[in-house]
Amino acid sequence: MNPRRTLATAGRVLGQLRHDHRTVALLLVVPCVLQALFKYVFERSPGVFDRVGLPMLGVFPVIAMFLVTVVAMVRERTSGTLERLLTTPLAKLDLLLGYALAFGLLALVQSALVSAVALGLLGLTVQAGVGIVLLVAVINALLGMALGLLLSAFAQTEFQAVQFMPAALLPQLLLCGLLTPRDRMASWLHAISNWMPLSYAVDALVRAGHTSAITASLVFDVVVVLASVLAALALGAATLRRRTA
Amino acid sequence: MPEPAVEVRGLTVVRGGRPVLAGLDCTVTAGTVTGLLGPSGSGKTTLMRCVVGVQRISAGAVIVLGQPAGTASLRARVGYVTQAPSVYADLSVRDNLRYLSALVGAARNRIDQVLEQVGLTAHAGTLVRNLSGGECSRASLAGALVGDPTLLVLDEPTVGLDPVLRRDLWALFTDLAEQGTTLLVSSHVMDEARRCHRLLLLREGRLIADDTPDAIRVRAGTDDLDEAFLRLIEATPTEPAVAAPASPGPDPEVTRR
Repeated sequence: MNPRRTLATAGRVLGQLRHDHRTVALLLVVPCVLQALFKYVFERSPGVFDRVGLPMLGVFPVIAMFLVTVVAMVRERTSGTLERLLTTPLAKLDLLLGYALAFGLLALVQSALVSAVALGLLGLTVQAGVGIVLLVAVINALLGMALGLLLSAFAQTEFQAVQFMPAALLPQLLLCGLLTPRDRMASWLHAISNWMPLSYAVDALVRAGHTSAITASLVFDVVVVLASVLAALALGAATLRRRTA
Repeated sequence: MPEPAVEVRGLTVVRGGRPVLAGLDCTVTAGTVTGLLGPSGSGKTTLMRCVVGVQRISAGAVIVLGQPAGTASLRARVGYVTQAPSVYADLSVRDNLRYLSALVGAARNRIDQVLEQVGLTAHAGTLVRNLSGGECSRASLAGALVGDPTLLVLDEPTVGLDPVLRRDLWALFTDLAEQGTTLLVSSHVMDEARRCHRLLLLREGRLIADDTPDAIRVRAGTDDLDEAFLRLIEATPTEPAVAAPASPGPDPEVTRR
């Protein structure tokens, strides 16, 4: 690992986004608009937005960073830039950390903005403080990034890459407790949801909304998501091969 | 005779059950420009990928600057330019070079030097996606030059360039070789082969000539290098085990330009 190369990679990834104003604007504005939509769609069912609004803060970064990463990595793989990078002294870890740093930073900005809108304008409350929300949001962003990196290895084109989003994320979204609390699902669905990292991210945010104390179960949830990030990153790293057939 | 920059022994690469390189032996002398020629599909790119250490090989050895190809310490000393330009389209030329120079730890003023060398100084701030094809491939070349490599492996670096740029780049390659850099350059253009110190002619994964341009002309009995290659290619029997296409004729990509 080499900090100079890691930072150079993060700078390069951010530099690419800097020239893509539209993507950045979409990443920042769309979640805020969606959050407001949620609020007003459920205006006549009080309590729904209070229950769903907070977990949504964790869902946006997963989806956004998954899409950004999977497309960016498919581009790196197909354009030959990845092959070139792997002939330079850049370590795979530097590449992964560089991406993580850049997208983590972007996720932080995105989450801060959506949180500001949700807490400041839409009346959402967090007992445990906004810090924990931002923390979970950034970890979730890294989860989306790690899954994107992993699945980019199985996509030959950007079209295929984008189709991995519903395949990899929608089941998690359906089962994570956002639509129906997980303990009210059929037991086999509940069992499956126990194996999905997004379930723990949503649990953590729900807990943070209810209690002001940082409880052991909250810490456990965050650790599970973090462990999933590391596992997905390790698998993703295994798909970055210097030597290919 | 100085130690060779690249030494290939019994190199075999099998892809999809078909030998792409079949027991290749050759060397690249340090401080020279070695041209790698042959019809498309003859294994030129595969051989280059072996030299930079990104190709999985089935048998044999590739020794680069005294170490097995792909050794970590070689990555700072070997520059590789792929056939398709491998630069980020959504970054400016300068930002691409800044990134690659940070990876190899090049000095800051190096970027301006290589921009000058490839003639892109005026386009330094242009996004790569707004460059022409030829400018784009020169940006990719600059990315390899920035690390001041000891060995430079260039896969068809002059495709799509006009004659003036091609002449300038070949002058640059010769300059680099005079300063001690070793270059392995693949090409389809016979006019470029003339400028190489030595030529390796590949056909269907086998070496059919490994000599100076002059010696190749003598061997083929013609002054025209283009004609010499056609004669050598047509004089080599097709190996049944390797042969994929039925037609023994020369590849249409080996054209006179």
